[in-house]
Amino acid sequence: MTPRETLLAEAAKRILITDGAFGTEIQNWKLDEAAYAGNLGLGHDQKGNNDILALTKPEVPETITREYLDAGSDIVSTNTFSANLISQADYGAEHLVREINLASAQIARRCADEYAAKDGRPRFVAGAIGPTNKTLSLSPDVNDPGYREIDFDYLKQVYREQIDALVEGGVDFILIETVFDTLNAKAGIKAAIEAGEALGRDLPIMMSMTLTDLSGRNLSGHTVEAFWHAVRHARPLTIGLNCSFGAEQLRPHVKTLSALCDTLIMVYPNAGLPNELGAYDEEPATTAGLVKEWADAGQVNVLGGCCGSTPEHIAAIVEAVKDLTPRAVPVPEVRTRLAGLEPFTMAA
Amino acid sequence: MTTASSTSFVNIGERTNVTGSARFKKLVMAGDYAAAVEVALQQVEAGAQVLDVNMDEGLLDAHEAMTTFLKLIQAEPDIARIPVMVDSSKWDVIEAGLKCVSGKPIVNSISMKEGVDQFLEHARKCMAYGAAVVVMAFDETGQADTKERKVEICSRAYDLLVGIGFPPEDIIFDPNVFAVATGIEEHNNYGVDFIEACKEIKARCPHVHISGGLSNLSFSFRGNEAVRKAMHSVFLYHAIPAGMDMAIVNAGQLDVYDQIEPVLRTACEDVILNRDPDAGERLVALAEKFRGTDAVAEKQAAEWRGWPVAKRLEHALVKGIDAFVVEDTEECRLAFARPIEVIEGPLMDGMNVVGDLFGSGKMFLPQVVKSARVMKKAVAHLLPYIEAAKEPGAKGKGKIIMATVKGDVHDIGKNIVGVVLQCNGFDVVDLGVMVPWSKIIEAANENDADMIGLSGLITPSLDEMVTVAEEMQRLQMTMPLLIGGATTSRVHTALRIEPAYKGPVVHVLDASRAVGVATTLVSETIRDDYVAKIAAEYEAVRVARAGRGQSELVPIDKARDNGFDADMSLKPGKPRMPGVHEFLDWDLADLRKYIDWTPFFRAWELAGNYPAILEDKVVGESATSLFADAQAMLDKIIAEKWLTARGVAGLWPCRRRGDDIIVHVEDEVHYTLPMLRQQIAKREGRANMCLADFIDHDGDWIGGFAVGLHGIEPHLARFKNAIDDYSDILLKALSDRLAEAFAERLHLFVRTSLWGYAEGEQLTNEALIKEQYRGIRPAPGYPACPEHSLKPILFKMLDAHRRTGISLTESFAMLPTSAVSGFYFGHPQAEYFGVARIGQDQLAEYATRRGISLELATRYLRPNLD
Repeated sequence: MTPRETLLAEAAKRILITDGAFGTEIQNWKLDEAAYAGNLGLGHDQKGNNDILALTKPEVPETITREYLDAGSDIVSTNTFSANLISQADYGAEHLVREINLASAQIARRCADEYAAKDGRPRFVAGAIGPTNKTLSLSPDVNDPGYREIDFDYLKQVYREQIDALVEGGVDFILIETVFDTLNAKAGIKAAIEAGEALGRDLPIMMSMTLTDLSGRNLSGHTVEAFWHAVRHARPLTIGLNCSFGAEQLRPHVKTLSALCDTLIMVYPNAGLPNELGAYDEEPATTAGLVKEWADAGQVNVLGGCCGSTPEHIAAIVEAVKDLTPRAVPVPEVRTRLAGLEPFTMAA
Repeated sequence: MTTASSTSFVNIGERTNVTGSARFKKLVMAGDYAAAVEVALQQVEAGAQVLDVNMDEGLLDAHEAMTTFLKLIQAEPDIARIPVMVDSSKWDVIEAGLKCVSGKPIVNSISMKEGVDQFLEHARKCMAYGAAVVVMAFDETGQADTKERKVEICSRAYDLLVGIGFPPEDIIFDPNVFAVATGIEEHNNYGVDFIEACKEIKARCPHVHISGGLSNLSFSFRGNEAVRKAMHSVFLYHAIPAGMDMAIVNAGQLDVYDQIEPVLRTACEDVILNRDPDAGERLVALAEKFRGTDAVAEKQAAEWRGWPVAKRLEHALVKGIDAFVVEDTEECRLAFARPIEVIEGPLMDGMNVVGDLFGSGKMFLPQVVKSARVMKKAVAHLLPYIEAAKEPGAKGKGKIIMATVKGDVHDIGKNIVGVVLQCNGFDVVDLGVMVPWSKIIEAANENDADMIGLSGLITPSLDEMVTVAEEMQRLQMTMPLLIGGATTSRVHTALRIEPAYKGPVVHVLDASRAVGVATTLVSETIRDDYVAKIAAEYEAVRVARAGRGQSELVPIDKARDNGFDADMSLKPGKPRMPGVHEFLDWDLADLRKYIDWTPFFRAWELAGNYPAILEDKVVGESATSLFADAQAMLDKIIAEKWLTARGVAGLWPCRRRGDDIIVHVEDEVHYTLPMLRQQIAKREGRANMCLADFIDHDGDWIGGFAVGLHGIEPHLARFKNAIDDYSDILLKALSDRLAEAFAERLHLFVRTSLWGYAEGEQLTNEALIKEQYRGIRPAPGYPACPEHSLKPILFKMLDAHRRTGISLTESFAMLPTSAVSGFYFGHPQAEYFGVARIGQDQLAEYATRRGISLELATRYLRPNLD
């Protein structure tokens, strides 16, 4: 069976669990600049370049990955949110994009295979692709709304470099996550489709949008429904939401997506809202209780955590949903579904 | 499935098509894209559901024009909300367009004209970009004209597309609308061919749609809009039931079928349905009679100044335009028997429109406040006449007493709520700031008020609100009590305030909720249910709170053992310039650069981060306009020196003793700053923090500062006289921002110069706002240092009152209101945290260390005790 088929088969049996945050976990290691930089001889300050740890301190992402697998994750993602040319250029490490992704994917692959071999339960690796810090939809210059810092083809090429290295390192899926700009995501989809064509096989895509306001829109202004219309051509293996706010605030939007999408729903919220000091203090039991409500309502297939979540949060979620039935994927009517910032559905 | 915009027939706006609109073409050719974007907006407002964009013009770089225009309309939320149709006969222009469109667009068009291979290649690309596609009925041998050819080409294209996995619902066929009544006999049946082909294609190809460009049909009648409109309407009347479900058409240029002049309608029908060979000639003859009848309707609507006066007032209120309001109000007054009728009639009607738009989220606070300014100016014009006639004033919906409680000076939020309530017909009696409970209750009784609204920003105000509630209960009052302000919460209201008063108590989250709550509370029919519902909710909060296992506390000595172990080899060195430094008049133009704008928008209840908020799809327009007003006022504040920024900063030797910090301000003058420690049980490896942890037992340095903006009063008085709440609130909000900017700027100066531990620091304003620098400046009354009464000690250390003119109220609020104070910690590991809940053991110990009674300490630390 292909990874897509295996995941679908597992998802039919139970609610699957993905992992939790890397960034906030890495902070706990309290690494100094030298630890980040290793002996790569880079000119820039590397502190905060979490992704480069795959090369300079691989035990950090590996330990965190193992902690999530110990906690019960079925899917682990690669620590490559910013491992793209645009983000790495800020650290003067753009020439290392391939190495970082390759090493990160190998770490996750090795751990996943090891755990799968131990208990026979399949584990999956999702190659994580962040949105970069540039946007294709908005102008950074208030006085020139038509200006864009980058263009579609450039971003597609940036993503393609990352995707190729992740695939080489052995990931099962490409996870286009924290989508604040739908057009950026569409460039990612195009890159993944072209990468799949070059490989000559199915390269499944997972899509995860992030909301920037409580009315349920991302930064480029798309509602969750418009977003689904805009990315459905990717035939995503999963679609859903991550980061944004805590689970509490995502509730109505999870419900909308659940009823709408003819594919698996994956949601991995932050551990609540950050407190006034920017730290996340939602207890594992609280997060688990909130996401369990979606599971109880039959609205989700894959659950996990984003910023502030820890292996304890994942373990609590595993425990909370272990006996619950996964969402049945609906078969929506065939309709022409277009979108601007808002959805537009034509009658049959 | 429910979608807001599901529909059975889709109008595609055609005015942003250079081949369809001469005006649009002229604008684009001249490079006037701003006006071109306006055309798109008008299309959307006129009801277009999809926007067709076409730049195919020989003298134009279509590639460039397409991408420029698409990027620009993506920046306009009112336009970008609908899908785009990327329309070109050149594939490279289409593909360039697809790279600029973020939703799911339609491509118009692809065809088999250049062969099957190219057709499928384009189709695959449309799939990968995520676009639906219009397929022209065109193949290697040419355009389909007869019904048979149309059906044959479309069926073949359908099979090919579905064969490569193209979703059938994303296929839209255009079977070619051709001109009729051209005088050429072969053309007579084109209308019938199209209509009949629709039926067969729909039957043969499941899920597809059918579209067409209508203007071709009436090509022979160019210049005769009346006839063209009639032809288009008649054609659609027959083609839609046959299966046509989209058309590129100017929605404003269609007639209602039933209202077409019957003779013309029959003549059009004869032509389109090809009912006899002479039909075309008959229509041509008839057409002359109708030429020009449409001219009047074609004219643009007159400017709003030409409208009836009531409508003008409504427009002025909704748009917040005060330029003509006095003359319009005067015109109304002369027309009505009594001046009061102007208020009760057109003005209140207009404000109701504003209220509805605000209630439904179509207007935002800054706009509503501007509307209120217009309303108040109109009322001010009428008042002398009303008083001269000795008439009773207009009866409002209800009367509300509003006050910021004793000890607190913050009133921006309260003023906004007051304005919004007034906009919705309530009488608001605003008692101002620092109002003692006795005065609030007295005013409520004297004015026969319907309810009281209390506001406060600092935590001691929470206690003061409880006092007001207790006093109201003691006097056995029954009127509702509304609670609002930044530190208030539903939980605090339920736990502390509501139990103190038997009348209704309601926490109002923000200004947008205030009208709903107040309206409900004055309603005879729904009030009781609502009050019971709120009471039950608060009871539930109390039950949940009581049943909730509070996070575990550890004894204070254990917490202290788990304190943060700062690496004292990293502590900052001796300041370059120890002692106290006074700044009597910091340059406002310099401070402007350090403003953090995000909280400014939050004060106006516009959610989002600056600068992204200016482009926000929902509030962006409102935010941009507010921002422009703010910039204009800032220019004046600086140029005309409305405000003076005064501040003081001090750096002193100190040492740590337990959780106290002993500061040596001068020889023999020592101050003790007792600090509080977190007592919540921590996970392994996380410390129970206390600010004293960042100070070395063996001697260290600490700083303090206070900054304030003086001189606002005469300007506020000026705005009050001009009945201009908007400018009043704007100025207060800007003054607050300048005070915060001053605190940021002074901290930078301390780090790089006075103390000098971060000499080479080079940070952008963004990085400053994110606090990416070394050291912190916690303020008394905020989470790391939650005890407000340390502020008087800080002020003594700085001699702040004398040096800066800032004074403290009995609740330790600073006057002037736009002021900030706090301590400087320079240790690189120093970070912000929240003390949160503490135990009785630390409370008792703190009272001793602080030298105050247990009772007073309990009052000061109330928010940290439950």
